[in-house]
Amino acid sequence: MTDLSVVNTATLKAFDVQTIRRDFPILSQQVNGKPLVYLDNGASAQKPLAVLDAMDRYYREMHSNVHRGAHTLGDRATAAFEGARETVRSFLNARSTQEIIWTKGTTEAINLVANGLAPRLKAGDEILVSRMEHHANIVPWQMIAERTGAKVVPIQVSPEGELDMDSFTTLLTERTRVLAITHVSNVLGTINPVTAMVSQAKARGVITLLDGAQAVPHFQPDVQTLDCDFYVFSSHKLFGPTGIGVLYGKAALLEEMPPYQGGGEMIERVSFERTTWNVLPYKFEAGTPAIAEAVGLGAAIDYLSHLDRAAMETAENALLQRANQLVETVPGMSIIGTAAHKVPVISFKIQGLHPSDIGTLLDQQGIAIRTGHHCAMPLMDFYGVPGTARASFAFYNTLDEVEQLFTALQKVQRLFA
Amino acid sequence: MPATEQDFMDNPLGENPTLEDVLDSFEFLDDWEERYAFIIDLGKQLPAFPDDARIEENYVHGCQSQVWLISHYDETSGKLYLLIDSDALIVRGLAALILVALNGRPPRDLLATDIDELFERLDLFNHISPTRGNGLRSMVGKIRDIAAAEVAA
Repeated sequence: MTDLSVVNTATLKAFDVQTIRRDFPILSQQVNGKPLVYLDNGASAQKPLAVLDAMDRYYREMHSNVHRGAHTLGDRATAAFEGARETVRSFLNARSTQEIIWTKGTTEAINLVANGLAPRLKAGDEILVSRMEHHANIVPWQMIAERTGAKVVPIQVSPEGELDMDSFTTLLTERTRVLAITHVSNVLGTINPVTAMVSQAKARGVITLLDGAQAVPHFQPDVQTLDCDFYVFSSHKLFGPTGIGVLYGKAALLEEMPPYQGGGEMIERVSFERTTWNVLPYKFEAGTPAIAEAVGLGAAIDYLSHLDRAAMETAENALLQRANQLVETVPGMSIIGTAAHKVPVISFKIQGLHPSDIGTLLDQQGIAIRTGHHCAMPLMDFYGVPGTARASFAFYNTLDEVEQLFTALQKVQRLFA
Repeated sequence: MPATEQDFMDNPLGENPTLEDVLDSFEFLDDWEERYAFIIDLGKQLPAFPDDARIEENYVHGCQSQVWLISHYDETSGKLYLLIDSDALIVRGLAALILVALNGRPPRDLLATDIDELFERLDLFNHISPTRGNGLRSMVGKIRDIAAAEVAA
């Protein structure tokens, strides 16, 4: 019998970074004549062979449209596609695959929720976000606020880059309808105390959404423990393909929300008199979905689940500690975001240098980082900077690469001195 | 303080150094560090930019850093003078390089200059991607627009 699964069947491997790196073919190349040091994982992470192979195999052996039945390839494609949904359900510990909606990514997931909650909102209502949000968790709410007369209110941030809990407690009022905050800051790396915040919000009947885009690459969330109403993330930051993301939502709320887009797949029956919607999760999945991408994301999660995640977290933390130790070796360098609980991300500035100067000269040395406002302009305004340089690490980065970053930064600093 | 005609005429780039001077110096630079050090030094020669000209109208869009550009057409000599400023040091260097090539030239001459060819001669495109948000293309585009408007006037 043909094996229809595209699951990585390897057993749990001990965490050895040099072995792991061989799973990521893109990492072994040269850039500008130097070995690539990829430290822009917060923008998008690289893909293991397991993902590339699963997508390749899907197209070679299984591709057809899903949920159309009538032939063998259609059944194979549907099995692989729905298998990936089950993999995501298990990853998040959701109760049912009905609660797992495929989207284009985090941005579309938040837009979907904001539109779906619009009927609940009216003038005077408040949507609580924070000053450290990515624009994707600000702008969709502003657009809905404009339509409904509700107001978007930001929780303040401390100079260290932590959410100001006094500000949160003060702003969480009888007017608050929605709390939409990031699990982990894309700029600062701060891990926010979301469990406590969700619980406070729920006590007031407030709907909660957590933006997990920067969290899932570093640790595995449990949506039942978090008890949030919505949890969203993108595949491409979780070592999966671009073009697909996940909206987890509690079934009761998803049932209540109107569809986001109309078209094929999302309907039960269409007539010019009356059209009715398909059941969850399909009600929110109009049109032919990103099938190969869903399969790829499933393979990425399977790949991760066969690694020792506790050991990976320890290794990632060692990268962050080493980076923090080395900051003083670069004159004029300072870190923006020094929260007690962080994922391995450092945003920094060097006195007298523009972030783009730093990025350009690191690239010359084969080192890829992100520079700019990181789609978080309100946070840049708070820190009074036009942007930052950001090195964001993944589990496949090495301590040696951290040291190369700082050697390169010393060179950059000397060049401008 | 607003820029006077004299501020524009006092900008030495294009006369000192000339494009030939820069091309000669560049030939002796071996690696990326020396080339960037040279560009950064050139940026230090940009004349002061008037604070009151840092307004939307003079803003050059399409750069990661902030870039402003103003111009003055001198009727007597028929030459176009330019001032550029940026908050990023490499962009200041690239701006200076552009001025070395284009400042104080009659608009028709300026439009006839193949700036891409120049940057290729400097072997800069191997090191400074024109698409990478450094605003090279945007700055040159804005200058060419200004020159074209003078020619049409």
